[in-house]
Amino acid sequence: MAAVSGLMRRPLEQVTVRDAINQGMDEELERDEKVFLLGEEVAQYDGAYKVSRGLWKKYGDKRIIDTPISEMGFAGIAVGAAMAGLRPICEFMTFNFSMQAIDQVINSAAKTYYMSGGLQPVPIVFRGPNGASAGVAAQHSQCFAAWYGHCPGLKVVSPWNSEDAKGLIKSAIRDNNPVVVLENELMYGVPFELPSEAQSKDFLIPIGKAKIERQGTHITVVAHSRPVGHCLEAATVLSKEGIECEVINMRTIRPMDIETIEASVMKTNHLVTVEGGWPQFGVGAEVCARIMEGPAFNFLDAPAVRVTGADVPMPYAKILEDNSIPQVKDIIFAIKKTLNI
Amino acid sequence: MRKMLAAVSRVLGVAQKPASRVLVASRNFANDATFEIKKCDLHRLEEGPPVTTVLTREDGLKYYRMMQTVRRMELKADQLYKQKIIRGFCHLCDGQEACCVGLEAGINPTDHLITAYRAHGFTFTRGLSVREILAELTGRRGGCAKGKGGSMHMYAKNFYGGNGIVGAQVPLGAGIALACKYNGKDEVCLTLYGDGAANQGQIFEAYNMAALWKLPCIFICENNRYGMGTSVERAAASTDYYKRGDFIPGLRVDGMDVLCVREATRFAAAYCRSGKGPILMELQ
Repeated sequence: MAAVSGLMRRPLEQVTVRDAINQGMDEELERDEKVFLLGEEVAQYDGAYKVSRGLWKKYGDKRIIDTPISEMGFAGIAVGAAMAGLRPICEFMTFNFSMQAIDQVINSAAKTYYMSGGLQPVPIVFRGPNGASAGVAAQHSQCFAAWYGHCPGLKVVSPWNSEDAKGLIKSAIRDNNPVVVLENELMYGVPFELPSEAQSKDFLIPIGKAKIERQGTHITVVAHSRPVGHCLEAATVLSKEGIECEVINMRTIRPMDIETIEASVMKTNHLVTVEGGWPQFGVGAEVCARIMEGPAFNFLDAPAVRVTGADVPMPYAKILEDNSIPQVKDIIFAIKKTLNI
Repeated sequence: MRKMLAAVSRVLGVAQKPASRVLVASRNFANDATFEIKKCDLHRLEEGPPVTTVLTREDGLKYYRMMQTVRRMELKADQLYKQKIIRGFCHLCDGQEACCVGLEAGINPTDHLITAYRAHGFTFTRGLSVREILAELTGRRGGCAKGKGGSMHMYAKNFYGGNGIVGAQVPLGAGIALACKYNGKDEVCLTLYGDGAANQGQIFEAYNMAALWKLPCIFICENNRYGMGTSVERAAASTDYYKRGDFIPGLRVDGMDVLCVREATRFAAAYCRSGKGPILMELQ
């Protein structure tokens, strides 16, 4: 039986998150002449984190554009190009630098379709690494999921694995709205099996739909980006103790797929949210508020708990940094506390 | 003369006035006139726009009608604003009509234009009706943005607003120019900002990239000498706004003369279309 099923299984390819994003952009650049990429070091350097490797060689100066270090300026240029009908991908070397340009993202991109009464769409993608890295300290480690997730007019996605990364970047590029794609630098080098559907040039992951990565019955654990992996690790450990966690990968921050989370909570009666960002006004806070406002509240057997980054600017020393982001042990602790174990 | 004309018009069977005007016009008046216009101050340019220009009767009447319409519309908006029928902000351009009309006269409808919040005049010259503009200002569904935008957020074909954040429209304009170059259709983008906005850092970022990539962008500073309540001398270390583009050639134009503005715009548009890169115009 094992041999037969082995033959019938589709071939699975190991692809890093970095290469998945690269493939996604390459396919969309090929598909639509109006798509182009701009940002610091994206062309001749192959990308600060090598995400755009090979693209300049293939598409040239017109479509892969190196910019000077002028975030506000080039983000504005990208938004203007989108208004005039092109489909730019604007890379921020990290989202920390997007703060320099945040006016262009919010006031020029996000709000325009509404303010113009539907006359002026802005089909732009802002992408780059978000959140903590390793040892880059306070000014280079902030998570912007809550900030961008706050604003109507924007779509915000946060891929975890390679499948997410490829499917979401492609959907983002094809979307006529401004989309913020929050990648994760520590995930770039991590390989995952890409299912064969993901090898199709029209493989898309819908924006606004979460994925249940692991089925469970005792507790719902919701996360986005890198922490999804930590949640799955915690679930494996707890499984040995007989606790089965249902792990939900949000994939999209805005519009949030609260229905999937609600359905899960109504099944498991317990909720823990996990994120790398700061606790106050964060993604977890929004999940908890919405659960309270909806039908799932009546199914909770315990208050929902948030596991978040520590409420401090990210410290440099490794021991301090490690303890400033959610670790597997923190997630296990929160789950056991919620389950009163 | 009059008796003869009256007799002729009775014979022709038309109303007296138009007939006499037509007969008189075709016999005694030319169809156009040549005007001398002010020479522009130049920065990094060997030659500037011509110092004389020809204005046809048709154009003259058109510009006059447009400027008058903008003037009346703005004065009415002023009145409505004081009556609180227009809410929030209401930035008017009465007094600056020669700018919007002159600029439009120097470009094609297929060219692009973006400005800041003093936008009602441009919204009109770019093709929207007074009705759509006033309806938008008064928050009505028939407004150009269905009442959702207001004074500062009006859009039309090849007109990108109407932008509320001072200076933010300048990189946007450079981006539209990038799209013009990308599409290869010989279009240019007029990117306007005020003397107050001229001190914004993002404008210099836009100058840099526009020059680096030779974008067909005409940066235009509408200098009415006051940024809100602050006079230019108190805001800018250098008030020669046409020189502030440094490596970008510039010209200072008499913004109160519609023909001067038209000629300068034609000159600037030709410069950009030839692929030489951006150029800066200060309308004073």
